[in-house]
Amino acid sequence: MKDKKDTRVVVGMSGGVDSSVTALLLKQQGYDVVGIFMKNWDDTDENGVCTATEDFDDVVRVCNQLDIPYYAVNFEKQYWDKVFTYFLDEYKAGRTPNPDVMCNKEIKFKAFLDHALSLGADYLATGHYAQVRKVNDKYEMLRGVDDNKDQTYFLNQLSQSVLSKVMFPLGHLPKKEVRKIASENNLATANKKDSTGICFIGERNFKEFLSEYLPAQPGKMTTLTGVEQGKHEGLMYYTIGQRQGLGIGGAGDPWFVVGKNLKENVLYVEQSFHNDHLYSDALIATDLNWINEPLEKTIDCTAKFRYRQSDSKVTVTPIEDGKVKVTFHQAERAITPGQAVVFYQGEVCLGGGTIDEIIKNEKPLDYVG
Amino acid sequence: MEPIYLDHASTTPVHPEVVKVMIPLLEEVYGNPSSIHHFGRKARHILDESRKVAALSIGAQEKSITFTSGGTEADNLALIGIAQANKHRGNHIITTTIEHHATLHTAEFLEKQGFRVTYLPVLENGQINVSDLKAELTDETILVSVMAVNNETGTIQPIEEIGAILADHRAYFHSDAVQAYGLLPLDVDELGVDLLTVSSHKINGPKGVGFLYIRDKVVIDSLQFGGQQERKRRPGTENVAGIVGFKKAIELVDKEREQRVNSYQSYKQLFIETLEKDKVDFKINGDITKSVAAIVNISFPGTNVESLLTNFDLSGIAASSGSACTAGSVEPSHVLSAMYGSENPRTINSIRFSFGLANSEDDIIDAAKRVSMIVKRLVNQIDK
Repeated sequence: MKDKKDTRVVVGMSGGVDSSVTALLLKQQGYDVVGIFMKNWDDTDENGVCTATEDFDDVVRVCNQLDIPYYAVNFEKQYWDKVFTYFLDEYKAGRTPNPDVMCNKEIKFKAFLDHALSLGADYLATGHYAQVRKVNDKYEMLRGVDDNKDQTYFLNQLSQSVLSKVMFPLGHLPKKEVRKIASENNLATANKKDSTGICFIGERNFKEFLSEYLPAQPGKMTTLTGVEQGKHEGLMYYTIGQRQGLGIGGAGDPWFVVGKNLKENVLYVEQSFHNDHLYSDALIATDLNWINEPLEKTIDCTAKFRYRQSDSKVTVTPIEDGKVKVTFHQAERAITPGQAVVFYQGEVCLGGGTIDEIIKNEKPLDYVG
Repeated sequence: MEPIYLDHASTTPVHPEVVKVMIPLLEEVYGNPSSIHHFGRKARHILDESRKVAALSIGAQEKSITFTSGGTEADNLALIGIAQANKHRGNHIITTTIEHHATLHTAEFLEKQGFRVTYLPVLENGQINVSDLKAELTDETILVSVMAVNNETGTIQPIEEIGAILADHRAYFHSDAVQAYGLLPLDVDELGVDLLTVSSHKINGPKGVGFLYIRDKVVIDSLQFGGQQERKRRPGTENVAGIVGFKKAIELVDKEREQRVNSYQSYKQLFIETLEKDKVDFKINGDITKSVAAIVNISFPGTNVESLLTNFDLSGIAASSGSACTAGSVEPSHVLSAMYGSENPRTINSIRFSFGLANSEDDIIDAAKRVSMIVKRLVNQIDK
């Protein structure tokens, strides 16, 4: 193994506290650290100032504090082609995409990793809350120790070859500790607010953003049996299990989105949180990635269907075309096509895929869209 | 790896002799040149001496030199000052598409103020076509501004020819000579210019100083208001220490110009030859026979500026590109776009290497070898 001082680690720096501390820790450990800011989205605010400039300025400050070189790289075109196009296509198809999973797969751990390697890097490090463990000749991805912060859900598409080149120095730390390290070291970003939401939308209004790219087609909102309940503003604005923004008044339990009919442009709604129509007992997933070895037989494990959800017990069976059927041990609420399903055995993330079909009583639930 | 500085067109190391004259000045001569007492007189004397040296270096009269905070301010003063003071005579200004942003952005500002600005195109060799200029001149034209040497490609513009054309035209002629000064002999009468911009830190002087030559009887407004300094053209207490350092830099470059140019020319040759020997795929931007010794702009097909500059820096090579990279946004070079068209890959895969006092022949060979290694590696990676 190379000496740490001869081991070059490129740190993907966003200007946030997590990636700042990532760079700090690696520098303290003695690596040859290089900070790189990635620009994936062209965004100018109302004063004509590019919003990335401020974040880059924070990268500059932190890197100068750490005495490491810093650079920027532009992946706007790749991001548009690989992530944003997918994002819009999924919405057009009436599904709820997960651009972060795609960004990690196609940009951060592909285009950006390639760029890092072209700079002579031995490793790429990011501030993700996840851990990599080498067992014999294989790499495993483990959850971050901070349960609330664990980001393996978004990293489920990483391959063995990617994991062999990746470091997640924050994986063994609770977020609180990361903030503490940042302020103890007076990092310029110590008190910076965490970013929220989808990166390219930021804190803007989601509906407004989406309507700039996809024409909204308002239509009818009905129960599954066809009783009209009002109008919807465009199917893409709604996701399964959603309560807010339906505008249905009246007595009784609150209303929830239970499905979509793309062909008829109808949004299906039903009453009460625990409405039976929100529940299903299995799903079919596509685009599977298995981090250790491909699934050849049925296994029992746990799964997450959304970020920050607690694990559910499932049975996973390989079916045709590399897909899997995931059977829930207990009925699950509001499983949403387009989102990721990610599998775990204890602390180890096994991989994941995209939720494609929802199943109830052995039959596809067509109304979820 | 030992860092090698090939970015002298951005800025130059301050010459040790310049430092040597500045330090005692900062320590001892703190008087205000406008004061009537002993302390002021001493500073005033030094300021006058410096102005004389600056004037002599371009064959000008002392009173034609206005010290500024640098090239950008001098360009702003030339364009806005002339436009404002002469708007009753006409509202047309001619410049080129390849000017430094200090000129281009000022011209855009003047457009917003109601002036009509013509931006002359350039040929593939990087030079403007003087017949284009002739065709654009009108009775309304009050100012023509053409840089003497382009900062990205080093291409020399036909300033003397333009000066001759404008000799019997009413328009004033300004030239930004920031990249020419110190490399080419410049005489304001031979060139036929009315205004000329020069910067100190490009000739191994300190940053924050420059001058604008303004020919006698040229009608120009000032951009700032205050005291009587610089014939009211540039009020504000003079940067005496900076100016004295600038003066020393001028004296040195006047004395050593030929020798410096010769060594830069051999650096340039050596650099290109080493790349050729290493069989690197590259193209020189612009006509190398019409460029200054210190600058060469090279396109590396199959690469991009971001990767090149990052890799160069990580292996100790300091160079730059005309493509502005800020926070990850790459703006293609406006100069190379003007020469080759905005879709040409040269606009995003070209690097400017600029040579100077910080270099030696060994450095140049070493640098070219590092460059060729990186370029080959990047091209192979992309091929894969």
